[in-house]
Amino acid sequence: MSTIAQKRGFASTIWDYLTTVDHKKIAILYLIAGGIFFLMGGIEAMMIRAQLAVPNNDFVSAGLYNELLTMHGTTMIFLAAMPLLLGFMNAVMPLQIGARDVAFPFVNALGFWLFFFGGLFLNLSWFLGGAPDAGWTSYASLSLASEGHGIDFYALGLQISGFGTLMGGINFLVTIINMRAPGMTYMRMPLFTWTTFVASALILFAFPPLTASIFMLSFDRMFGANFFNVAAGGNTIIWEHFFWIFGHPEVYILILPAFGIFSEIFSTFSRKRLFGYSSMVFATVLIGFLGFMVWAHHMFTVGLGPVANAIFAVATMAIAVPTGIKIFNWLLTIWGGSIKFTVPMLYAVAFIPSFVAGGVTGIMQAVAPADYQYHDTYFIVAHFHYVIVGGVVFALLAGVHFYWPKMFGTMLSEKIGKFTFVFFFIGFHLTFFIQHFLGLMGMPRRVWTFLPGQGLDAGNLISSIGAAFMAIGVILLLLNVVITSVKNERVGNDPWEDGRTLEWAIPSPPPFYNFKQLPLVRGLDAYWLEKMEGKTTLTPAEPIGDIHMPNGSFTPFVISLGLFIAAFGAMYHVDDKAWAIPVLIGGLAITFGAMAYRSIKDDHGFHIHKEDLMDDDNEDKGVKA
Amino acid sequence: MVNNQSNSNNPRLNYDFRRKKNAEGMRIQVATFTLMIFFTVVSFVAVAADFSKWFVIPFILLLAVVQVGFQLYYFMHMSEKGHEAPSLFMWSGITVAFVTVLAFMTIIWW
Ligand code: HEM
Ligand SMILES: [Cu+2]
Repeated sequence: MSTIAQKRGFASTIWDYLTTVDHKKIAILYLIAGGIFFLMGGIEAMMIRAQLAVPNNDFVSAGLYNELLTMHGTTMIFLAAMPLLLGFMNAVMPLQIGARDVAFPFVNALGFWLFFFGGLFLNLSWFLGGAPDAGWTSYASLSLASEGHGIDFYALGLQISGFGTLMGGINFLVTIINMRAPGMTYMRMPLFTWTTFVASALILFAFPPLTASIFMLSFDRMFGANFFNVAAGGNTIIWEHFFWIFGHPEVYILILPAFGIFSEIFSTFSRKRLFGYSSMVFATVLIGFLGFMVWAHHMFTVGLGPVANAIFAVATMAIAVPTGIKIFNWLLTIWGGSIKFTVPMLYAVAFIPSFVAGGVTGIMQAVAPADYQYHDTYFIVAHFHYVIVGGVVFALLAGVHFYWPKMFGTMLSEKIGKFTFVFFFIGFHLTFFIQHFLGLMGMPRRVWTFLPGQGLDAGNLISSIGAAFMAIGVILLLLNVVITSVKNERVGNDPWEDGRTLEWAIPSPPPFYNFKQLPLVRGLDAYWLEKMEGKTTLTPAEPIGDIHMPNGSFTPFVISLGLFIAAFGAMYHVDDKAWAIPVLIGGLAITFGAMAYRSIKDDHGFHIHKEDLMDDDNEDKGVKA
Repeated sequence: MVNNQSNSNNPRLNYDFRRKKNAEGMRIQVATFTLMIFFTVVSFVAVAADFSKWFVIPFILLLAVVQVGFQLYYFMHMSEKGHEAPSLFMWSGITVAFVTVLAFMTIIWW
């Protein structure tokens, strides 16, 4: 295609991305923004481990330590892990179901920009008087007492980026329900699509409690309300409930897509159909459902009473059953397969024991009386890093290597990738395994230093050394990206040679309309089926015809910018600044003005004409691969 | 009507069948509408008759639940084909909200 081949100016590329509504470009935006936040969270983690490397250290002050710890957790969960997963969902899911885009491309762009501006707002706190310092859970009594604007940055930033995530979730749900290609029944959807579906449903139900509680927190801090203020008749425990009603589903919002990525990788590189596909689907849905019934396991020591604790303990343990089903299915997928140890497969294989270790400590914590011992110690820190790093981050790294060719058309170096893996894997276990024992020996979490001679010195030093290993792994990955992009060796449709699902049947990267003709799906692993019958292309489900495409738009950026500006007004209103309320109103006016503009102006998009599609025939575009 | 669209250009296709179906739908709607008005009257009577509040409150709540069901299934046609996904999500949402409220009632405010 001639338009692609033309060298574009830098400014026009930027403008293209600022106005894009194409799911593949939005995916790249998520990847870049999420990647930058991941690096920032990583730097914060390095500073935490540097501080804790030796006893009585004063590398950072106690106050700064609290800010680093809070920002590390908040950034990693809300601004790195979740957006990176949303990025992969955007990049891959529409292709996997044979769609030309998501259901609401405009809303998709809006979701990204809201997330971006929310994250930016939160991180500006570093330069504007101090970051939030009440932990990523921001328990109300602590956060109401916190001075300065840190917590205001937390509340407003997460509120804005939370809107974005909620929109993304709804968009994916509608896409999967309505836009599957002919023949793509629910029980033929690839597992990554299924986990996207369930995770999006969790987003739909889990984010409103977060929104509600953050609103209450904002009003308590900025507008004189007393929802959580016990002295004025409020109830501080309500924050904890709301937070965890959101918080526990949130950890499944993270892990389910990770499960999906690994399911694709296992069956691709074992060159076998996923073992127990329908039980995998069932387990995914069940985990999603049970995820809402267990939040109080984070509150065993609050004093809910033995009956409530027992109910939530049993419910929590029940989740181990569907999770176990998945683990066994993955093992049986590998079993007897013709295995290829590519970089993504290495992560997938390493994921199983690492994640199981995290699951086992999870069950230990689910035993309510025992949790009185574990709670708020490094044991908890070890547990959630085993599931989040050993599960989610491994999946993100595996996904980067696995889907890089589909997203960018080049292949990351396998050799450097293996070094990344080795450093990251060793570093991860060095850092977090020892923390189980630090916790059992009584080291509380969220402390900025510890005393020498209490048996904690060696463990903490080992942990910090491990963190450095992980950092080396990440730096190698960045190098890999740079080298690969400079070399720019283009790859074909199916660079791993064993692709099973629709996305591997179209060019890498796909043309902007994805499929020239929508494919006909004849079973699970649609592309593999065709390959087994000796074909290299998918069966088209329609004749070549005009394709309707949406126009790009700058409006999502403006809508989000308005909220970003308004947030400053809301925050500085507390200091009685004269300009605060006008800024708040002005920002909201920008947002609602842009929304009105969008509603009034008719934008019908455009058509790619049949003749232009035919012209592309000599190159491999769309279904004809 | 929306829920018996056909993809044929022939307006008389299945005409008798659609006519019968619509007539039946209408009959059910009138019947449920009457029932709903009756329920409303009954709730007012229950309050006016000064029964114990341990009877009146659960009783009115029960009637309310039934009315919501009528509304969804008979007036909004949730039982008809093509409404599976919305009803799945509505029921999931209702379940989550119910568990939340139940927990708040029992372990925070009790
Ligand atoms: C078998 C499954 C799991 C069980 C039984 C389980 C159980 C628990 C329990 C009981 C706690 C609270 C401990 C305490 O604070 O005293 C906890 C904390 C935590 N879990 Fe899990 N968990 C499981 C899986 C996961 C997964 C898959 C993730 C994330 C991907 C996760 C992330 C977390 C986080 C982030 C915390 C700590 C939150 C905090 O206090 O900051 N867990 N888990
Ligand atoms: Cu939990």
